Amino acid sequence: MSPEKKGQMPVEINQKWCKACGLCYALCPKKVLEGDEWGKAFVAHPEDCIKCQTCEIMCPDLAVKVVALRKATKEDE
Amino acid sequence: MAEAWDFLRTDKMPHIWCPGCGHGVMMNALLRTMAKLDVNKDDICVVSGIGCASRLPGYLDFNTLHTTHGRALAFATGIKLANPRLKVIVVSGDGDATAIGGNHLIHAARRNMDITLICMNNNIYGMTNGQYSPMTPTSMLATTAPYGNLERNFDLCKLVEGCGANYVARATAAHPRNISQYIEYALTHKGFQFVEVMTQCPTYYGRRNKLGGPVEMINSLKQNTILNTAAAKLPPEKLEGKIQIGEFVKKEELTYLDRFDAMVDRITGGVKP
Ligand SMILES: Cc1ncc(C[n+]2csc(CCOP(=O)(O)OP(=O)(O)O)c2C)c(N)n1
Ligand code: SF4
Ligand code: SF4
Ligand code: SF4
Ligand SMILES: [Mg+2]
Repeated sequence: MSPEKKGQMPVEINQKWCKACGLCYALCPKKVLEGDEWGKAFVAHPEDCIKCQTCEIMCPDLAVKVVALRKATKEDE
Repeated sequence: MAEAWDFLRTDKMPHIWCPGCGHGVMMNALLRTMAKLDVNKDDICVVSGIGCASRLPGYLDFNTLHTTHGRALAFATGIKLANPRLKVIVVSGDGDATAIGGNHLIHAARRNMDITLICMNNNIYGMTNGQYSPMTPTSMLATTAPYGNLERNFDLCKLVEGCGANYVARATAAHPRNISQYIEYALTHKGFQFVEVMTQCPTYYGRRNKLGGPVEMINSLKQNTILNTAAAKLPPEKLEGKIQIGEFVKKEELTYLDRFDAMVDRITGGVKP
């Protein structure tokens, strides 16, 4: 079972800081991220994310955060 | 555990850099190192000159100082000598460090001054709309070289090595984990610690030279790069046009402050005033 809460995204994009450069979704090895009509990143296929953090460390705008790897707890259910 | 964002002045974000600017990737890697080392913000002072790269300290939640073009190392030297307990970091662009500031770079490295210098080399003067710099390769286009650059660039790491720095390394924006690793080493060692980071400037260098956007530029940085340990096994003709990354110098020679402290001990006979 996925460690995230139901419905929680594995990756968070700060839409206010994203400048639509395309680096995160071009370099994501699993094509989890895509660009919207303006080129801004969004999480299109959350279930495929392997949490490699490539998107997070490549973002020049600090706009991507991979939700911390953690074990599911009772509260998450 | 501390996170990159804990060391960012979030109220100053989003930053001024263009979409896909390599300086942002470098800042991201620097912030990650700060988080990993879990530094005390008050112990750090980040100094810069002028340029797009030199805007970086404005986004960092440390003691920061934005000085004049090319002179950051001179200010940083003063700061370090006035308060040796501070970890002093200079961030600069290639123009800032090698053109107007080349003199300061030579002498800070020669003194083995206890400063970390991170030079973001995008092969151009980005802030002033794309004039060639000493790091622009021959034949490349710039606003001041509309028919191609006549001058030759040079290997900046070799210069700093020749001047006597304790640590010399190079990474690129396509290798952010290497950037973090080299900065971590630099911040935890004494003497002049130099990390060159090749960054992309899609807006001026990329567009004028038809190198594509951020994604294409990052991909070519990746493809044109070879680790120095792998390069050592190849003949020179195989290395033409390649950027060598890696750690080139790792020494622990006496630093300026070591010499200074020894001199004070010699004069005072070790008696603290
Ligand atoms: C004394 C002085 N000369 C010239 C300038 C104009 N100037 C501002 S930034 C810059 C070059 C910046 O290039 P670089 O250091 O490579 O930084 P980048 O913008 O590429 O990151 C120049 C020439 C200045 N501000 N001050
Ligand atoms: S890398 Fe960052 S700025 Fe670029 S598209 Fe992705 S989230 Fe936006
Ligand atoms: S963590 Fe890796 S797999 Fe998940 S979205 Fe980011 S780049 Fe893609
Ligand atoms: S002009 Fe170039 S170096 Fe300056 S912010 Fe834009 S992309 Fe970055
Ligand atoms: Mg530059």
